[in-house]
Amino acid sequence: MQIIFYIAALVAIVSTAMVITRKNAVHALLYLIVSLLAVSVIFFIMGAPFVAALEVIVYAGAIMILIIFAIMMLNLGQASEKREKEWLKPRTWIGPGILAAILLAELIYTLNSFSPSAHEQAIIDAKDVGMSLFSTYALGVELAAMMLMAGIVGAYHIGHEKQKEYHRYLQKEEKL
Amino acid sequence: MSETWIHILIIVCVLLGMVTIAAGLIYVERRMLAVWQERYGPNRVGPFGIFQVMADMVKIFFKEDWIPGFVDRKVFIVAPTIIMITTLLSFAIVPFAPGIVVANLNVGILFFLAMSSLGAYTIVLAGWASNNKYSLIGGLRGAAQMISYEVFMGLSLMGVVILAGSFNMTDIVMAQKGMWNVVPQFIGFVIFFIAGLAETHRLPFDIPEAESELIAGFHSEYSGMKFGMFFVGEYLGITLVSAMTTVLFFGGWLGPSFLPPIVWFLIKMFAFILVFVLLRASLPRPRYDQLMSWGWKILLPLALLNLLVTGAIVLYNQ
Repeated sequence: MQIIFYIAALVAIVSTAMVITRKNAVHALLYLIVSLLAVSVIFFIMGAPFVAALEVIVYAGAIMILIIFAIMMLNLGQASEKREKEWLKPRTWIGPGILAAILLAELIYTLNSFSPSAHEQAIIDAKDVGMSLFSTYALGVELAAMMLMAGIVGAYHIGHEKQKEYHRYLQKEEKL
Repeated sequence: MSETWIHILIIVCVLLGMVTIAAGLIYVERRMLAVWQERYGPNRVGPFGIFQVMADMVKIFFKEDWIPGFVDRKVFIVAPTIIMITTLLSFAIVPFAPGIVVANLNVGILFFLAMSSLGAYTIVLAGWASNNKYSLIGGLRGAAQMISYEVFMGLSLMGVVILAGSFNMTDIVMAQKGMWNVVPQFIGFVIFFIAGLAETHRLPFDIPEAESELIAGFHSEYSGMKFGMFFVGEYLGITLVSAMTTVLFFGGWLGPSFLPPIVWFLIKMFAFILVFVLLRASLPRPRYDQLMSWGWKILLPLALLNLLVTGAIVLYNQ
């Protein structure tokens, strides 16, 4: 199990690095999907099969496809690849890189100082997830539901008014 | 040790069996379409034209595999493999008979849903990588259609999950011993079947590849065996949806004991495959906006209502 974890973690890290360094947006997104699948494998071997399945269905399956959908319509070409190249210069990434490195160092330090109890694992199935969602985390669920409702209302407001568009011949007739 | 070998044997049998059935469906479909439309269909190669599939396969393997110069090469090559991989992986959770299942996962249905949602990438990426406006439109239509119908597919299955109390496919079959799920979950069955049609983009819902408006949609630029992958992938999808309908709503391998369980399973599965072919022979293609509004305005509320009523009844009976 441990070796599977390390392989999946390595795949996740390498593919995430590829996401950042790709210049073509669709290629970057494909690497992001691979990264999400690797994270899903990690969830699965940690004993959370339900979360692993949801990670694939929701993130890799639905959200990423919507993002690709949007990028397909943008028709990004040579110009955007050039701009991406500009952004990959050290001048751009060195500041955030240092900050992230500090956080990483802190994380490693804390992980080392608190001895983790990694062995007491239990498989969390769908029932346990549902129970805790509607008891301990009920407030979070309600808030998420409200946010989704706001999104739906907003989408309806944008979408419901049909713009009246006449064909150019009909427009001329109207002027007459 | 012998258990491991039996497991490997099951995996190989399922893999080869499903690919063979999917390839054989090419003949079945052409022949049955001909029967229903009063034509002859393929009847020259071998008795009743049975070897037509082999002739087609030999032809498609020897065709030049041409990659146009303007495509995004890597994505173009990856796209057709995705549908084969995801569909074949989905067969891992289908219980064909007691004990004959590749992976008895406790999140079986969710695995199926995950794989079918990943399958949408094949259309999107093929359409985008082809760098051709008809393919792109096909890809966009396919993405929108598959995302929307996945929602109803998932919701329509939840009624079955509530009745069985488990995501595990074997448990779901065993829960249907008294009565097949199609009786209490008839609405769920209808919605699942329609969503399955849209998910495999079969003829009434084949607008991503509508040949009369988009040439061949997302696979216009493909040739040789890469096109063959889309083709066989579609038939694999039909087999998968038929198998899932059998398992989830028609009692899987359950049946009177004068036939072995696997035979009952195959009979039910092939009946649904023939329904797929019959639908192709008889129904016209809806317009794109009709498909979308029909899905979101009718199927989604129906699926939610079905879920609500099923949950209420199960709670009331407890």
